[in-house]
Amino acid sequence: MTELIRLTAAELSSRLQAGTVSAVEATQAHLDQIVAVDTDLHAFLHVAADAALATAARIDARRAAGEKLGPLAGVPIAIKDVLTTLDMPTTAGSKILEGWVPPYDATVVARLRAADLIPLGKTNMDEFAMGSSTEHSAYGVTRNPWDRDRIPGGSGGGSAAAVASFQAPLALGSDTGGSIRQPAAVTGSVGVKPTYGAVSRYGAIALASSLDQVGPVSRTVFDAALLHDVIGGHDPLDSTSLTDAWPSMAAAATAGLADGALKGVRVGVIKELSGSGFQAGVTQRFTETLALLTAAGAEITEVSAPNFEYAVAAYYLILPAEASSNLARFDSVRFGIRVDPAEGSLTSEHVMAATREAGFGPEVKRRIILGTYALSTGYYDAYYGSAQKVRTLIQRDFAAAFEKVDILVSPSAPTTAFKFGEKLEDPMAMYRSDITTIPANLAGVPGMSIPIGLAPEDGLPVGLQIMAPARADARLYTYGAAIEQLLEATWGHTMLDQAPALALATTAKGAI
Amino acid sequence: MSAITAEQVAHLANLARIDLSPEEITNLTIDLGQIVDSVAKVQEVATADVPATSHPMPLTNVFREDVVVPSLSVEQALSGAPARAGDKFRVPAILDEE
Repeated sequence: MTELIRLTAAELSSRLQAGTVSAVEATQAHLDQIVAVDTDLHAFLHVAADAALATAARIDARRAAGEKLGPLAGVPIAIKDVLTTLDMPTTAGSKILEGWVPPYDATVVARLRAADLIPLGKTNMDEFAMGSSTEHSAYGVTRNPWDRDRIPGGSGGGSAAAVASFQAPLALGSDTGGSIRQPAAVTGSVGVKPTYGAVSRYGAIALASSLDQVGPVSRTVFDAALLHDVIGGHDPLDSTSLTDAWPSMAAAATAGLADGALKGVRVGVIKELSGSGFQAGVTQRFTETLALLTAAGAEITEVSAPNFEYAVAAYYLILPAEASSNLARFDSVRFGIRVDPAEGSLTSEHVMAATREAGFGPEVKRRIILGTYALSTGYYDAYYGSAQKVRTLIQRDFAAAFEKVDILVSPSAPTTAFKFGEKLEDPMAMYRSDITTIPANLAGVPGMSIPIGLAPEDGLPVGLQIMAPARADARLYTYGAAIEQLLEATWGHTMLDQAPALALATTAKGAI
Repeated sequence: MSAITAEQVAHLANLARIDLSPEEITNLTIDLGQIVDSVAKVQEVATADVPATSHPMPLTNVFREDVVVPSLSVEQALSGAPARAGDKFRVPAILDEE
């Protein structure tokens, strides 16, 4: 059974279609792995074992009856706890929503069910997706499968750790400033933030509505593409959802496997996302990857994006501003906990304030107060208004760059996985770990992270970020699949082939 | 320096409807001061000639057909409420007695 969990979603799908494996067997194998490793890793906040097996049995029965099922039918998937689910609690990593079972499915969850994927459970995250380490979850940290003393990234550390430790072949994430791509980078997995509006946000508990985007988490580019095809496309329930007709991302990924797929591709290296502040081993693997691209016929050019320097500052004004209004909905009336104040009168105002004191963690309070400040009279223009102008400047930087190149690349994160506690006492240090990923959210362009090796100094995964113009998500899958194939041919194995051994042995470190 | 004061933090917390302990106010005053100093650099490039962007992929006039579609039942809508009274949300008093 161990072998089943190592299959990619695409391989598992082939076996399910051929009838050599049943959905029940596949689901049980992943549930067994969750039992084996997740007490320690804590990627899941909730595991729906019985429901998953029942769903799998129904899918097997339909397949046996000759029904034609979709490409991912019977494939298990983990769901980030920011997405509402009818049959599972949804907390967004916060005490304020402890035990809440939503009365509706997020659109992406409904689409998973319609495509007959099997939800295994809900994954851990920084509270309301505020964080880069999953240390801000109210339910305890998730450990990095490569090194238990290190963070799995955030906010989607649970989803990334789940796929990297073979507890699920696929997961859903959400990315507001890097919460899919940075966890992918530090766990050696793949993560994609689609174009803003390409995937529905309906039922994604809102952090910052102009930045949030739901996307796939997986171990291969092709698997991410298969999942993107299931969840993507227009949703009338999300008024910011794009009405575009999208090409098949799976077909785009397949196109990247053809000989010469990288020949003549114009690749821009962003000058501002390199150099000081980047770990030596990260820079080394990134530079080696550029050399591989050159050898494969790609044209590498350095491009400058001078306003990226202001991206983190703009982001930490826009995000808290939007979050402070979005989180006003936690008012102790319609959902979540209610806490009465210890003293004073029991008015709505006092009960709300006492509930939010008890229900929100320190980072959530910090950002709500910061957002309230940025939006308050007398400061609005200087802070929030200025940040919105920076957003324009960053969009212009992207536009200028994409006039010269087809894709932009950078390291996905400035460092490999850091240790627990390392940045917890210094909010700005934590915020700066998103320096590479934030620009894409501010501009709405799609971004992907794929593994490109282990940093020599610590043996931990390094990610490559690929960005494309808005609406050109297919380009990420084509060139991402091409680069992944090139790297694996060089190594002679996949990056995560080494992860299970690492997950089970605390000290062994492989070298790539 | 932005010089955020403890009084300001207490006022902001009141606006945001979050009770804070004196210790939380002290810590947040320090944190906020550092963060605001750092993010204030946006002002260096945000000149008058640059238009603001509020949304990455601007859409206008997003309408739907004016037809009734299924929505939550009363039971579903109340299912997560911390307190209910019949078919309604039960809320604390709006006005203070004083």
